[in-house]
Amino acid sequence: MISFFAAIGARTIASATEFGRFWRFTGATLAFLPSTAMRTKDWGRLMPQFYLVGVRSVPVMMITGLFVGLVLAAQAAAQLRAAGLEERMGVLVNLSLVSELGPVLAGVMLAGRVGGALTAELGTMNVTEQLDALRVMGSNPIRHLVVPRFVACVILAPILTLYCNMMGALGGWFVAVIMESIPSEPYMFYTADAVEKWDLYSGLAKSIVFGGFIGLISCYKGFNCKAGAEGVGRACTSAFVTSFIVILITDFYMLRALQDIYRAVWGFRPLL
Amino acid sequence: MAQAVDTPGASRAPGGADPLIELMGVHKRLGRQQVFREVNLSLNAGETTVVIGESGMGKSVLLKHIVGLMRPDRGHVLYRGERIEHLPDRRMAGIRRDFGFLFQLSALFDSMSAGDNVAFPLAERTDKRKAEIKRIVDEKLRMVGLAEIGHKMPAELSGGQKKRVALARAIALDPSVILYDEPTTGLDPVRADTINELILKLKREMRVTSIVVTHDMASAFKVADRIVMLHEGEFIFDGTCDEIRACADERVSRFIEGRADADDLRSLGENGS
Repeated sequence: MISFFAAIGARTIASATEFGRFWRFTGATLAFLPSTAMRTKDWGRLMPQFYLVGVRSVPVMMITGLFVGLVLAAQAAAQLRAAGLEERMGVLVNLSLVSELGPVLAGVMLAGRVGGALTAELGTMNVTEQLDALRVMGSNPIRHLVVPRFVACVILAPILTLYCNMMGALGGWFVAVIMESIPSEPYMFYTADAVEKWDLYSGLAKSIVFGGFIGLISCYKGFNCKAGAEGVGRACTSAFVTSFIVILITDFYMLRALQDIYRAVWGFRPLL
Repeated sequence: MAQAVDTPGASRAPGGADPLIELMGVHKRLGRQQVFREVNLSLNAGETTVVIGESGMGKSVLLKHIVGLMRPDRGHVLYRGERIEHLPDRRMAGIRRDFGFLFQLSALFDSMSAGDNVAFPLAERTDKRKAEIKRIVDEKLRMVGLAEIGHKMPAELSGGQKKRVALARAIALDPSVILYDEPTTGLDPVRADTINELILKLKREMRVTSIVVTHDMASAFKVADRIVMLHEGEFIFDGTCDEIRACADERVSRFIEGRADADDLRSLGENGS
């Protein structure tokens, strides 16, 4: 019995220590942002990360968005038609997309495609002593490696989310107008009437936070992975799972906070 | 000076000059292993000290304490008389400029060419112009006998070439101390001897202080001015090459002759039966 409680205690302490380490790592990363912005020497490290995080993620984001839009519209079509609300299908599809599904699914895709790659790269550098080599040569690995990756994730997550949203909107329109023969004009009118800039911006705000967490968690897991191929593999899995859970939790709390702000400023908004 | 060192504190640099690097009463525990038990070591400038010992005895950990990549649980690390074990990273970065470190796995940056690897510390730590950096890179690559491979990526290099490029990178800032972590491990005897010759050449031409961690006794005998042996958290030998050959301590003689002990043989017998 004592060993049972001891094991729980040990695990709690380990989790709290890990949590503290992660926030110290985050603090160190944020502390380097101003000096990185001032040092033109460091800017050169950003472009390769923009390419890896952004350009190479565009196709997968567009495919994700397209099929999310197609599925949402296909699911809603029969129910809305039965209720005589089929012309308002765009409201359901596009609102869900820009405020929720777009940022969350783009975040999950980013965590899988980019987060895994970042953890694997930094984890390999860790186990092959390249991080120690940087330290010995007087360079801080957080400034050198983490800051550019973090900045790329924060800046590009909302842009990738926009690609996802755009293709989702196109997919929804395709199912509604081409496949379900809903007139395009009322579909567009109701969509434009219901979906506000606030919805788009609140979704993009979430994606910025998701991008930041993905960058930080992936780099942290890479920096702290155990030796060997198994250690790097475990770190990659852990980075994805942790990022996924953090995205979902953050999404909920940001949704509540953003809803409260909206209600306080503009009041309740009926959608249908 | 020939001695099997049984008591902590006995591993002192010969000559009486002020030591360049000192470890004083250093304790270190990693997980369940007590890596160092009140370890004392003094290293003089210009000397090549070889640290030998079985795998997992903390030889690499010793080097990491000297450059502040690891900090002792107790005790002090001194460089030029200044305690450095408590220094913050920013201060430590300045001190590390004096050190070159050849890592066991070379630790070349995969995403950079060999030349860019050598240029890295120059670009990071100095304000030199590109042309000047290129001149130094060419000079350092020439010193390690690899003048023509600056454009190649690490993946295109052999194990020996990687070590030599890593060595060129380690000496890019003209350090006064070079730390070698298993410099000949994984190399064939000819390539290993090339690395040994390089260690001697750098000592001769740059007058550096060298600390070489190895379990390759051919390499140790070739490059060492002094050999110390680390065993179960303590230095059990400190002396010259001739003295270690004559050492009566069973643990030392067994290691330098490469003989398995009775426990190892017994475990083999049990596993095989």
